[in-house]
Formats: sequence, C-alpha cells, structure tokens
Amino acid sequence: MNASALPIDAILAVVVVWFAIGLAGVAALHSTRLVAYGLFPLSALASLALAGYALAALPGGAQTAILAIGLPGLPFHLRLDALSAFFLAVLGLASAGISIFAGGYFRAGEGTPPGLMCLQYHVFLASMAMVLLADDAYAFMVCWELMALSSFFLVTTNHRIPEIQRAGFLYLLLAHIGAIAILLCFGVLQANTGDYTFANMRAQHLSPFWASAAFLLALFGFGAKAGILPLHVWLPEAHPAAPSPVSALMSGVMLKTAIYGLARVTFDLVHTPIWWWGVVALAVGLATALFGVVFAAAQVDMKRLLAYSSIENIGLIVVAFGLAIVFTAYRMHSLAALAMTAMLYHCLNHAIFKSLLFLGTGSVLHATHERSLGKLGGLMRYMPWVAVTTLAGVIASAGLPPSNGFVSEWLLLQSFLFTGALPNPYLKMLAPVFAAGVALVAALAGYVMVKFFGVIFLGKPREEKLSEARDAGALERLGLAWLTAGCVLLGLFPVAVIEVIDPVPFALVGRGLAQSGHIGDWMMLAPVTAERASYSPLVVLVATLAIVLVAILVVHRVYHGRVRRAPAWGCGFPAGTARMQDTAEGFGQPIRQIFEPFYRMKRELPTAFDSHPRYRVTVEDPLWAWVYLRIAAATDRISRFVGLMQRGRISIYLLYSFITLVTLLFLTQA
Amino acid sequence: MTSFSTQLVNLFAAVLLLIAFAMLSQRRIVALINLFALQGLALVGSTVTVAYATGQHHLYYSAGITFALKVVVLPLILHRLIRKLNVKWDIETLINIPSMMLVGIVLVIFAFNLALPISEFSRSVSRGTLGIALACVLMSFLMMITRSKAVPQVIGFLSMENGLFFAATSATFGMPMVVELGIALDVLVGMVILGVFMFQIREQFDSLDISHLEKLKED
Amino acid sequence: MNLEGILAQLTAMVVALVLAPLLVGWVNQCRAWLQNRRAPPLTQQFRTLHKLFCKESVVAYDATALFRLTPYIVFGCMLLACMIIPTLSTNLPLAPAADAIALVGLFALARLFISLAAMDIGTAFGTMGARREMLVGFLAEPAFLMVLFTASLISNSTSLATIVGTLAHRELTILPSLAFAGVAFTMVSLAENARIPVDNPATHLELTMIHEALVLEYSGRHLALMEWAASLKLFAYSCAGLALFFPWGVAEANDRVALAFALPVLVAKLAAGGFALALIETILAKMRIFRVPEFLATAFLLGVLALLVHLLLGA
Repeated sequence: MNASALPIDAILAVVVVWFAIGLAGVAALHSTRLVAYGLFPLSALASLALAGYALAALPGGAQTAILAIGLPGLPFHLRLDALSAFFLAVLGLASAGISIFAGGYFRAGEGTPPGLMCLQYHVFLASMAMVLLADDAYAFMVCWELMALSSFFLVTTNHRIPEIQRAGFLYLLLAHIGAIAILLCFGVLQANTGDYTFANMRAQHLSPFWASAAFLLALFGFGAKAGILPLHVWLPEAHPAAPSPVSALMSGVMLKTAIYGLARVTFDLVHTPIWWWGVVALAVGLATALFGVVFAAAQVDMKRLLAYSSIENIGLIVVAFGLAIVFTAYRMHSLAALAMTAMLYHCLNHAIFKSLLFLGTGSVLHATHERSLGKLGGLMRYMPWVAVTTLAGVIASAGLPPSNGFVSEWLLLQSFLFTGALPNPYLKMLAPVFAAGVALVAALAGYVMVKFFGVIFLGKPREEKLSEARDAGALERLGLAWLTAGCVLLGLFPVAVIEVIDPVPFALVGRGLAQSGHIGDWMMLAPVTAERASYSPLVVLVATLAIVLVAILVVHRVYHGRVRRAPAWGCGFPAGTARMQDTAEGFGQPIRQIFEPFYRMKRELPTAFDSHPRYRVTVEDPLWAWVYLRIAAATDRISRFVGLMQRGRISIYLLYSFITLVTLLFLTQA
Repeated sequence: MTSFSTQLVNLFAAVLLLIAFAMLSQRRIVALINLFALQGLALVGSTVTVAYATGQHHLYYSAGITFALKVVVLPLILHRLIRKLNVKWDIETLINIPSMMLVGIVLVIFAFNLALPISEFSRSVSRGTLGIALACVLMSFLMMITRSKAVPQVIGFLSMENGLFFAATSATFGMPMVVELGIALDVLVGMVILGVFMFQIREQFDSLDISHLEKLKED
Repeated sequence: MNLEGILAQLTAMVVALVLAPLLVGWVNQCRAWLQNRRAPPLTQQFRTLHKLFCKESVVAYDATALFRLTPYIVFGCMLLACMIIPTLSTNLPLAPAADAIALVGLFALARLFISLAAMDIGTAFGTMGARREMLVGFLAEPAFLMVLFTASLISNSTSLATIVGTLAHRELTILPSLAFAGVAFTMVSLAENARIPVDNPATHLELTMIHEALVLEYSGRHLALMEWAASLKLFAYSCAGLALFFPWGVAEANDRVALAFALPVLVAKLAAGGFALALIETILAKMRIFRVPEFLATAFLLGVLALLVHLLLGA
C-alpha cells in the first residue's frame, strides 16, 4: 500500500468504525445515555472524517481495492473515483450534522430500544457508503439491499402503529421492485460476458437499443429509490413514519445514492448517451418537480409536506441530469459541465437543507408531540433556536439568495438559457418551456416554504399546550447549527464549492467549469464570462446587511427608536383568537383551487344550518388510484386465475410437475 | 428585401400571433370584434410592407381590399349584428384560459416545425413568418372549437382567413388578384349568410348558444 | 472598482431614494387629475414618510424580532434591487453581483419576509394577506423571469448592464419578441406593485386588499420603511421596464455627456410611465381575486411565448 491509496482505506476504516459503533450499541442495548452522548457523537466524528477523506480524494485519480468478503471467488470490487468521492462527501457532511442531532433526539420508549436503533442507523450509514464505493454489480446489489433493509427497520421504529407498518411495507415493496430493475440493468450492461464488474461494463460497447434498455431500466430502478413520478408513493408515507433523523438521512442522503446510480450508469458505464434519454429525463423530472411542489402546498402534515418537497427537489435534479445528457449527446461539453455542476450542486444543497428542515421538524415534534400543522403555531417564541435555523433552511429550500438553494437554481436556469445552439428544432423550442416550468416550480417552492414556516413557527399558538414547548437540547442545537452553517457557506462561496465539485464533471463529460477557467474569482460566480452572467452572493449579502444596518442607525439617530407594545390591531377587531388565523388547509387553498384537476379531493363543507359546522378536506394522490390500485386489481385478477389451478389434490399437483418435466425434456431434445 | 422591412414583417407577424392569443383568451364579444379589426390592421401593415419592399404593386390593392373589408366593413357588420342580436355584453363561459393558452403554445411549436421545411424554400421572408401564419390558422381553429356562442365562432372563422392571407402575402407575395378578389367576396357573402343564419338560430332557440343545435339531431 | 463607479453607484442610490416617493406622488397626482379630483402635492409621499417616522411604533404584544426586522430587510432588498438596475448609467460596481435571475430572487426574498412578518402576529388579515401575496408571487415571479429571459436571449447575457447596453445599442431594430415580453411585463408589474386590476393601493376594504393587509400591523417608522420599500419596488419595476423596452438615454461607462443627460431623460421617461400607469388604473376595474391567477398565468404564458417567438423569428 503506498500513500496514494490512503483515502479509500481511510473510508473503509470509517465504514468499519460505523459497524463497530453499531455493534457497541447492541452491547449497550438499553443504555440511552451511552448511545446518545457517546456513540452518536463518535459517529458524527467518523462522518466528518469520511467527508474530509472524500474531499481529499475528489481531485485525485480513481483508486481501487478488492475485499475478499462474500462468496468465494466473488470478492467485493471497490473503487473510489471523483463521482463516488463527491457523493461520499455529501454523505459525510450531511450525516455529521444528523448524527450529532440524533444523539440528542433518540430517547427511550420509541419502540425499538436505542441500542438496536443505533445498530440499524449505523448499518444504514455504512451500507450507503459501500453502495457509493462498489465497483461490481454483486457488491452494489448486496449493499443496495442492505441499505434498503436497514432503512426499512429504521422507518418502522415505532412498529406497533399499523400505519407505520403499512408505510414500511410500501417502502420495502417499491425498493424491491426498483432493485429488480437495477439488477436487470446490470444484466444488460454486462452484455453476455458473464463478468459483472463495472470495469467490464465500461469496456463494453452496447448497441443503441441495449444501451437505451439499460438506461430506461436504470431510470426506473433508481427512480423508485429517488421517488420520481410515478414511483414516488412511498416517500410521503415513509417520511412521516420514520423518526426525524432517519427521515433526514433518507431524504437528504439516500435519495442521492439513487441519483449517484443514475449518473454512474448513464455517464460512466454506458458512456454514450443518446439525446432522447435526456428528453425523457427532462420530462419525467419536470413532471416530478411540479407534482411534488403542487402536492406539498396542499399538505397538512409537516413531514409529509417535506417529503413532497423532496420529490420536487429530486425532480429538479433529474431535470438537470436530463439537460446534461442532452448536451453530452450533442457534444456540447462545456454546457454539459454546467448542467452537471448544477445537478451535483443541487444534490449537495438538498442534502444539507432538507436534512436541516427534517431535523427542525424533529425538534418541534419532540417539543409538542404534534405533526399536524393545524395544531402548531407561534413556536418561534418558545423555540427560537429551532426557528432561526429552520428559517435558514426555509430560505435555502425556497431557492432565494443568498442561500445555497439559489446557487444551484441559478446554475440550472443558466444552463437552460444557453440551449439556443441545440441542433434539434423541437428540442430548441422545448427548452424555454422547460425553463419556464423550472421557474414555476422554484416560485411555488417559495409558497410551500412560507406555509411551512409561517404555520409552524409564526402567529398565535393554535393549541394551549404549545406554550410549554421547550427549545432543542445542546446536541440537537449543534446538529442544527452545523447544517445551517452548511446552508450559509455553500451559498456564500459557490466558486470554491464548484472548484471542489469540478473533477466530477471533468471525469464524466470531459470538461469542468473551473478547469476550463470559466468560473470567476472567489467571490464572483461567472460560469461563462462576467459580461454574460455573474452572481456574487457575498456582495449581495453584505450590501443588504449594510443597507439594513445603516437604515437602522439613521432612523434611530435622526428620529427615535421608541416602541410601544399594544394589542394587535387587526382592523380593530377585538376578539381575535388563534383559530382565526389561516390553517394549513386555508393557506394552501389558492393552490388547491388553481391546480384542482391534479388532486383527488374529498371535501366536507358545512351548510348554514349546521349546529356543529365542520369543514374537512382531504387531498389524495391521484396516481395512487390511477396506477397502483389498478395494478393491484390486475394482480388480484391474475392471481385468482392462477388460483384456479389450485385444486388441493396431491395427484393434480403431481400432474403439473409431470407436465413440466415432459415439456422441458421435449424442449431440450429439440 | 431590406433587413428593416424584414424586421417590420416579423413584428407584424408577432402582433398577429399576439392578437390570436388575445382572441383565444378574450371573454367579451365586443372586445373580440375589436381584436379582429386590429388583426386586420396588422395584416394590412404587413401587406403594405411587403408590397413596398418587393415592389409588387398588386399587393397594394389587396392591402386596400383587406383594409376596407376586414378593418372597416366586417367589424361594422359584426358590431351591428351583436347590437341587433342583443348579445353585446355576452360573456363566454371559458373554463380555463391558461390551459387553452398552453395548447396554443404547443400549436405554435408544432406549426413552426411543420413550416420549417417549406420556409427554407422561400427566400422572401424570414423563416418564421410562415410558421406563425400556420399557428394563427390553427389557433383560430382552436378558438372555434372552444367557443359555444355563434358570433365568436364566426370571428374565429374570419380570423382563420386572416392567417391564410398572411401566409400567402408573406411567403409567396400574395395570390393572384382574381383569387384574392374571389376570396374577399366569399368572406363577405359568407358573413352575410352567417348573419342571417344567426338570426335564424336565435329565432329558433332564443339564444345563440350553438350547443342548442345538438337538439336538431334525430334520436 | 474606481472612484467614478462608486460615485455612480451612490448617485443611483440617492436618485432611487428620492425619485421613488416622487414617482408614487406623481402617479397619485395623475390619477387624481384623470378622475377630476384635486391632486395632492407631488411631495405628499415624503410628508407622509416624515410623519410616520416621527410617530412611535406600536408593536403587538406577541410580535417576534422577525416582525421588527422585516421592514429593514425589505427596504434593504428593494434598495439593492434599485441599485443593480441600470437607471442612469450601466457603470455600476454592484451590478455584476446580481444578474437578472438574482434580481428576481431579491424580490422573492423580500416577499418571503413580508409574508412571514404578516403571519407573525397571527391575525386573520395578516395570514390572508400573506396567502394572497404568495399567490400573486408564485405566478408573477416566473412571468417576470420569462420577460427577463427574453431580453437575456436577445443580448446573450443575464447581466442587466449588458442587456441594457445591447438593447440600447442596436440600430433601429424592432424586436417582435419584445412585444410579447412587453405585454407580459406590464401585467406582471401591475400585479407585483399591488395596482389595479389586481389590488387597489387606495383601498382599505378588508376583503379585497393584498398589500394593505400585509402591512396592517405596522405603524410608525416600520410602516414608513415598508411604504418606502413599496415605492422603491415600483421604481425598480419602472426602471427595469424602461431599461428593457426603452433603453435609450442610459449612459455607458465613461460617457460623461450622456451621464449629464441621463437624469432628465430618466425623469421624463418615468413621468410618461407614471402617467401610463395612472391611465391604466383609471380605465380598468379591479378584478376578483380568483381571476388573478388567470391574469398572471396569461402573463406567464405570454412570457414563454416571447421566448418562443425569439427562437422562431431569431429576433
């Protein structure tokens, strides 16, 4: 082992440490204190180390290793290249905050004992890291399934509640359907050579038909994990069921492993993308994003809202992915690098801000035991820490400057603006339509986030007990602060971040933004030239803050700073109560009205003569009825048909075996 | 053709398209008629520009006919008609304007790509105008499909003719004079017939809502 | 960044701060004349601001720091927006920091804070205002972005200075795509600045108001800042519109002669624009709130069409 092979070994060491922490948790099954204050902070340190080594490995070349575990003659091939290093860095950075928060979050009495939880959690982390490192289909699938299983157990932590059982089952089912598609995809990729290492797949030159088959299978398989339409149904069920740090980990990091898989297959293993793949990805991505954000606006459960918002963000990432494919297929490499950078940047951003938001809801949930938006409100007064950090996440999630969410949206829109040179006329004209869709999604995300933050943290408390809510503990605050810092720093220094990301597009599409020198200086992001487009979040922030400070000073100096506290004005209405504020349903009403055809709504409206008027509205996912229930009905019919063969008599079953045997013999003879 | 007149024709093309979209999303009948007159005016403008730029004198005549017919006579007839029919303030119940406009956008993209191979032959105009003319025709069609009242349908029919006329002038410097005169006469006579027809419909059903015509079907 | 640049930047800021309330006053004056009323003086807005600054601020008991900070943040965002839009000259040191997309982002940031602050007190009107403001915003924002994108495609840049420079320097060119963009822009700016037909700036009728509902709980200096920010927003939109559709007269870098003429030209253009706004407000009637999404969606799709027309006609 020479020194250059250090990062991959170090990362493996982190994986081993995670396993060890998990096992230690099992040893101390019921000791909440040890698990909370010892093991989880330790694991956060391991995450930091992972992020550090992954970042160190990003610019370096690919490193490989072979682990002789598993079946004899089928060792695990591991490889650390720029793509996997980037996603490992995402894993490390996000999980560092999540783990430290989890230390303060997990308490006894939540179903699974804390020690077992600790094991599942760390197996989940380790398997995600191994998925990112795997360099053959066998290792990949083993780790992929391990990841699915461990997260299944984490989702069903409170396994006594039937709803959670159902959510867990749905998740497992879709994870497996996806896994089958991925397996088939690898089967196509190895092109009948029987060698399932990624190195062999890279060497194959598939015909366009088989390459397209592999791409579509990958899109389906990884799409099921990422939650693209119409395979998203598990997300809004699983996220509210899982404990918040687990939701954060799943939404922030696990969804990204699916994006990693898509990028790995499309740009690395197949490496000759065809333009219409990009169109498929663009269409699916935009549909997913619009669907996600429109449904997020109608949610009344804060974690479901965030789950739909995750669907939206995955949609945006897939849009960027599709754009990168289109540009690569037409050999427009610098634009492909721009789109790819936007995609990776958004992966990183989403990992940070969505984790932050999920952790914020976790703290709220702990403080109030309430997940329904309609029963929250006014928490900013009782939980200022959580409120302020969540506000940072909200601004990032709404994609507003100077946060990190804006940078990736900006890059994405920039890459749409330069599509004029595309040779295909239809594609050229569709690009503005897609850009418009992205802009609409971004603006709707703002609506959703105002609803999320405003209803939870602002206004009057909608329930009496909310005034007893206490702010998050020290470990929780540390985790929240870490992720908030991520939101701010990733937003303020985009050029530095892009320089770090740069080896990935360079490896995948043959050009990087920073490498070709079109990036601007440390404070000014200018992906092509400064005349063409530039953005400097630092200057925007400093200028705004300067104006704010000067305004405060001048106003207080020239005039005065007197403030009188009084009851709220409210147009002079004296008897205002907390129930007169918009509820979550009320706030989402305009969106429901505009996008009515999208929803399956059940409304219960009161009449003027009701003695106990009730208003209730439930919004359901129409795809559930259109797709899944139909599949279920079809399956039911088929199985009833198959059930006809079941006669209950041994001799008939023997007859089936006999017929099969004879048929097979006949076939082999021919 | 100079670059300036090309730009001017392009501008008129864009205005035509804009008016086509405005007509698609206009609820009031009075405004619809005014938009139709405006569309005729844009058409006159583009025809005069083409006539001036290419020196095709017969286009001046057709511009004159267009002006007289589509900017003055037909809108006047239509205004009179709705006053007589007492539907001046009628409002169409359009369900969803944005989604109709979305369909319109799809039609524009489709029409442009359809016209692409043809317009490569024609060197007289910039490439897009034929596509826009086609889009105007398709959108007038769409308007006729979505309207339920008789008068807007007639306006849709007339504006479809506008689109065709624009295609003719911008792509091939207009049709022969005889054909143009014939079409003008046709439109005028068609208008008169439709006007009579509308009175008949109202006589019969007390309304201009053509969904009533479904009753005429034999069961 | 040279001294001249800094001077230009400071001038732009002062001009924005002074002209914005004057513009509002001018629009009110025009409206009064058109409606056959006696007009308030042009400087009425300044007097109102001064009066409000002198008054003490009344803040509800359970208002948080967010409520008190928001006026300053909104004011900061709007002033910064005014400083990056080329009004007098394209030589602005701050302009490269934020391009067209970031400009829309700044407006959105201000909107987010206004809406959150309105929800902070927890009155029925506050949340209603926030909801309506976000409703207007989520359609107006992408529509505005589409308008800016059209200009970006024409000038091959999203930097506002480059856009204005390119548009001002074309020879006598009539761009058809700008016709669409212009219509879309007019619709968006009416909606964004709480003007008829979307909102009525003069009304306090609870059920119809949007902007007034948002600032209902503010008083004293906070209200003054909010109102000033609103007039800055109108100024920013007017200047953006003038810069996109009538860019003549904006001085290039190091062009002192043009710079001397830039201010009178700007004032003249603003006066004409303000009169047009007053005219629109006088002719049109306010529409029902449920028609607003349709109105804005039309603007949005017109913006998309402007992009398409640009690609179609190559101009």
